[in-house]
Amino acid sequence: MSLLSVLGVLSSAIFSGISLLYTTLGEVVDERAGIVNLGLEGVLLVSASSGFAVTVVTQNPFLGVLVAMLVGGLMNMILGYLVIHRQANQLASGLALMFFGFGLSALIGKPYVGMKINPLPRIPFPGLSSLPRVYSSLFSFDILIYLSIPMAVFIWWLLYRTRWGLGLRAVGENADTAFASGRDPRLIRYQALFLGGLLAGLGAAHLSIAYTMNWTEYMTGGRGFIAVALVIFSRWHPLRAIVGALLFSGAVAFQLLLQSSGVQVSPFLLDTIPYILTLLVLIAWGGNGKQSAPASLGRVYHGSE
Amino acid sequence: MLQNVKPFPPGSYSPLLSSIVRYLLMALMALFLFGIILLLSGQNAILSYKDMFVSTLGSLYGFSEVLVTMIPIVITALAVALPARVGLINVGGEGQLYIGAAFATWGALTFQYLPSWILLPLMMLLGMFGGALWAFIPGYLKAIGLVNETITTLLMNSIAPKIIGFLIFGFWHSAMDTVKTANFVPAARLPTFFGTRIHLGLVFALLLLGFFWFIMKYTRWGLEMRAIGGNPQAARRNGIPLKGYLITVMCIGGAIAGLAGMAQVSGFYGVLFLNFSSGLGFMGFLICWLAGGEPLGIFLMSFIIAIITTGGNLLQLTRDLPYAVINILLALTLFVVLARPSFFEGRKA
Repeated sequence: MSLLSVLGVLSSAIFSGISLLYTTLGEVVDERAGIVNLGLEGVLLVSASSGFAVTVVTQNPFLGVLVAMLVGGLMNMILGYLVIHRQANQLASGLALMFFGFGLSALIGKPYVGMKINPLPRIPFPGLSSLPRVYSSLFSFDILIYLSIPMAVFIWWLLYRTRWGLGLRAVGENADTAFASGRDPRLIRYQALFLGGLLAGLGAAHLSIAYTMNWTEYMTGGRGFIAVALVIFSRWHPLRAIVGALLFSGAVAFQLLLQSSGVQVSPFLLDTIPYILTLLVLIAWGGNGKQSAPASLGRVYHGSE
Repeated sequence: MLQNVKPFPPGSYSPLLSSIVRYLLMALMALFLFGIILLLSGQNAILSYKDMFVSTLGSLYGFSEVLVTMIPIVITALAVALPARVGLINVGGEGQLYIGAAFATWGALTFQYLPSWILLPLMMLLGMFGGALWAFIPGYLKAIGLVNETITTLLMNSIAPKIIGFLIFGFWHSAMDTVKTANFVPAARLPTFFGTRIHLGLVFALLLLGFFWFIMKYTRWGLEMRAIGGNPQAARRNGIPLKGYLITVMCIGGAIAGLAGMAQVSGFYGVLFLNFSSGLGFMGFLICWLAGGEPLGIFLMSFIIAIITTGGNLLQLTRDLPYAVINILLALTLFVVLARPSFFEGRKA
């Protein structure tokens, strides 16, 4: 097996994993504020389809990314209205949001199936331009890939080094206490959901506008649920989310490597690796894992009228 | 708050009537919202609705199709409702259904020469065993206090369809097609009735609903389960075997979902293929939650949802809309019920 094919595998693993990192970061923010968003799959689909549609119409991928982000935020606002305002069950509301996303994305994306777009431009990795073109072209990434790890650091900074982040985490731990110390749990949860939606939208935009460069129904292929699993794997921490996304990318790379070296392992079984690892990690932590979960995750805040 | 304003004076109507009126009002609201979306996408909303209702409730065949659609979602809703009584949140109906279907399919393919009256009960047992096996892991991990069952069932939902893919691609695919098994032999198909697609699964669904209601209301088990659901520690101190109940109830829930999987592949499709469920388990979870875990509510909600999804088939044909669009109407209905608009004076879900 040549160096070139190994590098090729590495490059495609990075491309397929990046949408997951953004999505996982978004879910970390949601869950830190105490809200489980099981509708992520639907949010991703609607963002991916609308971002793609805008890119086709305007031929401007950056506008597409922007719209995908905003749509992600708006989708999460639906969940926010249901679980914050109407105090509905979070799991059920999330699943309803998922079905909504299945339908809406199909409707939005239908006229644009098979269309060509201007994808996000790719910029060669700095310092590699002296390499032969076959190598450097493997490592020319779009802007969202370069921004992914800085974004994880930024979210960490936002959650752990700002007053707003402190308030957000406080609401996730105990909304009543946060309220007593002068914060508005409802407002903070809406803000968290909106930010989470923006991040999920970024992930979805990378998927349809930069990576696959097309739109097909159900194109996210369970990434929403993988992200929910990776949040647990990364113990609700933005920096460990990088490890989680790497785990997924690694599984993809491993799978591609095995295939290209002729080893026959069912790709279906390899697809289960991230889930099984997450499950094993949860078992290995035993009861300790609970301590890192936000204490009031999934609970309804009834307010204090 | 608005929630305290009552639209009708209490006691002026029966609870059954009021709940039916409430569901109807909610359905109307969802239809109105979806109508707006239809209009925006350039469709005639009134005509679309007419098509939908004529095709489902306007003929005996249409009605039979609604019943067929109801079968798996009633059963998967029960797979959630039973564990919910002891406080377990089983989001894993989807995975349990897949594994149940896989076990039943194994039976159908391996013992295809057996007569129907042995093969079908065998497939049912296998399906239930598969579902129970898939639910045992989360149930056990929960009972020994290791991992929360919501998380594990969700993770295992994502694993199950991939195992099905592995089995179909690797071993079971037919000579013609790599994404499905060969068609089941007639002996492995659940009998159908009245020349429609209604199959024996409907009887399973109704019997299970009845059993569930009876056990919860009239037996010691039902009482003990409600005690655990109310306060697990108090129940344990009163001598109720808590761990045993948690594991057993979770496994029974899984077995029920597995039976739904068996009914789908044996009664409805007659073949196992990739991603055949497309959210039946999740739908059951939603229905159970919306119905508050009550048997009658599960029946009514499933009926409404079945009308919507069955009618959606037709929208795709006559209105040139993608099939997935019906998910919007479905989701709007769910949103409306979840939001419990104050003038419906709904119960806390």
